Amino acid sequence: MVKPISKIPFKDTKEQAEKLNAVIATCKDDKSLLMHVMQEAQEIYGYLPYEVQVKIAEGMDVPLEKVYGVSTFYAQFSLSPKGENNISVCLGTACYVKGSQKILDKITELLGITPGECTADGRFSLEACRCVGACGLAPVMTVNDEVYGKITEDDVAGILARYKD
Amino acid sequence: MYRSHVLVCGGTGCTSSNSLQIIEAMEKEIKRQGLEEEVKVVRTGCFGLCALGPIMVIYPEGSFYSHVTVADVPEIVEEHLLKGRLVKRLLYDENAESGEVEKIKSLRETDFYKKQLRVALRNCGVIDPENIEEYIAMDGYMALAKCLKELKPEDVIKIVMDSGLRGRGGGGFPTGKKWSFTAANAADQKYVVCNADEGDPGAFMDRSVLEGDPHCIVEAMTICGYATGASEGYIYVRAEYPIAVKRLQKAIEQAHEYGLLGENIFDSGFNFDLHVRLGAGAFVCGEETALMTSIEGNRGEPRPRPPYPAIKGLFGKPTTENNVETFANIPQIILKGADWFASMGTEKSKGTKVFALGGKINNTGLVEIPMGTTLREIVEEIGGGVPNGKKFKAAQTGGPSGGCIPASLMDTPIDYDNLTAIGCMMGSGGLIVMDEDNCMVDIAKFFLNFTVDESCGKCTPCRVGTKRLLELLDKITNGKGTMEDLDKLEDLCHYIKENALCGLGQTAPNPVLATLKFFREEYEAHIKEKKCPAGVCKALMTYSIDPDKCRGCTACARKCPAGAISGNVKEVHKIDTTVCIKCGVCMETCKFGAVVKK
Repeated sequence: MVKPISKIPFKDTKEQAEKLNAVIATCKDDKSLLMHVMQEAQEIYGYLPYEVQVKIAEGMDVPLEKVYGVSTFYAQFSLSPKGENNISVCLGTACYVKGSQKILDKITELLGITPGECTADGRFSLEACRCVGACGLAPVMTVNDEVYGKITEDDVAGILARYKD
Repeated sequence: MYRSHVLVCGGTGCTSSNSLQIIEAMEKEIKRQGLEEEVKVVRTGCFGLCALGPIMVIYPEGSFYSHVTVADVPEIVEEHLLKGRLVKRLLYDENAESGEVEKIKSLRETDFYKKQLRVALRNCGVIDPENIEEYIAMDGYMALAKCLKELKPEDVIKIVMDSGLRGRGGGGFPTGKKWSFTAANAADQKYVVCNADEGDPGAFMDRSVLEGDPHCIVEAMTICGYATGASEGYIYVRAEYPIAVKRLQKAIEQAHEYGLLGENIFDSGFNFDLHVRLGAGAFVCGEETALMTSIEGNRGEPRPRPPYPAIKGLFGKPTTENNVETFANIPQIILKGADWFASMGTEKSKGTKVFALGGKINNTGLVEIPMGTTLREIVEEIGGGVPNGKKFKAAQTGGPSGGCIPASLMDTPIDYDNLTAIGCMMGSGGLIVMDEDNCMVDIAKFFLNFTVDESCGKCTPCRVGTKRLLELLDKITNGKGTMEDLDKLEDLCHYIKENALCGLGQTAPNPVLATLKFFREEYEAHIKEKKCPAGVCKALMTYSIDPDKCRGCTACARKCPAGAISGNVKEVHKIDTTVCIKCGVCMETCKFGAVVKK
């Protein structure tokens, strides 16, 4: 699967840069911590822009291609920013057999974005995820940390409306 | 001493439906009523009955309240805890229809629990997982003490070997044997790895153990370290399990404080330390060599075997890797003995197995049963059957690596060998129930979609082969398949199974092979009749109007986005199938049930 790479220009604050430097400083002697550093970096910036990957490569003293290789291998790493509200629809087996694909289709229809994308106004991003582990509540979608279970297509518009302003 | 304990589930399922707020409200309300010296609220791990969450159990009576909300809290405190009267409307009543509401069941008496036998899950839903003392009170770390004080490493391995415990991650390799291989290799450094990268969609056994009883894994890994001569261990957990990660880290910290991890444990001269590493969402990392590559900080691609991890594993050193549930059995085996464990289960599969029940079943949740229990017992008795009066069609075990068990084989005793014999696999324990509304070709396609997505791309049979399989399935579900395609499907499946590098590829064709074996007529219906018998595959469905039921109200014609419906007022309407986009709006709109989908 090809990951969408963001065209939105990268912004870095002094605070973010300091945080990342601190993480790199504590981990740079153990190269097996590369993924850990990248996870922390994603926590700091919300995603892994090219500039941050370069910084990690230099800081950890590993080739940039290795950092890029890892960032594109794992589903958790995102090369484009998340929206203010991140929607994630579970397509795990339990949810799928209970119709979660229809929920995802409905959101795509309403927001005009496909999984992996962010709306132009930056308000919503959408992803399809694998089992969130709340199979008893299938089908499940989450918006940020809020979990919505046992939903139907008709509930979608109402749920999205809560985050529109 | 408290006179009453209120146990509230803090597993992921119940947390998602606000159990933490319930705990908070409960504590506040108890304080308000001045009961804080008498009643203690405990946040436990998963009880297993996720479908009824949030779950609360009040001891000493064992009253079992389900679907509790924050609004119910004042009533529970006032009625139950203060006045000693049960809040009947919240009691779980599995015979709701029979009207026997008076018959109050404690948790252990419900059909859901009666047939279960809890070994790996014994502490889940019983103790506070964030408190080491509660674990110790349940004989925690006794097994470790016994190993370090009384047993030689080879004795420990012998006990595990004699118990007959086999790997619970899916493969079913004898655990004792695995340990003995690593122990036999001399090296300056060896490792123990716990595979907690539970990636099967619909499976959450390992998460529940980590959330409900994290110390048990810490203890078991330390025992494994002692037995195999390893001084360091890694637990590789999915990043999607934040509660599990937090509790593991806390457990490791507490174990250090109590001297149960670190240097010179129990004054035995044995040192052991644990690290937690987070996965980043790659299914292939559940494969043992890929997992090790990932811990080393690389793309999680599998390595060819041999050399096996017991010789050259993590960081090139001898390594023992076991799954969470396998480890969860270890302390009990050491304490109660190999014979005790071997007395449960079938001839070649000993002990119990945890299954995550999901899909079209009434009691979704976690169940632990002795090996040899039949699928019928799991689905009908423990799982409470298929909802809405629908018929059971099949159950998928082993997730995308497994296969389906059809209704005709429901009485097969479930163990490793029986499942392999019918072309399924135990897998890590996901058990997804499907009813007559599920199309088996579509299910096979769903799993293939998953493996195509998750194939790491290293070897061609898996990278290209699974994609071609998916294309063939796509063709069939779109009504363009030929009977030749079925042969091609089968050939390709066998080719991939024989040639893929790792477990992911070798098992990827299983869902296709199993559905072809048991539901071939469904494939044929898609090809010959261009029909999807379950009415799932959109391309093969047609909507029509039943002339006997249509009243000519025009509602459907007005709603149809494609303008495919024609007909005058009070006359029977008709759908033009060449224009119809199969959106189903007409069916939802019709008040008379006149629109039929075939």
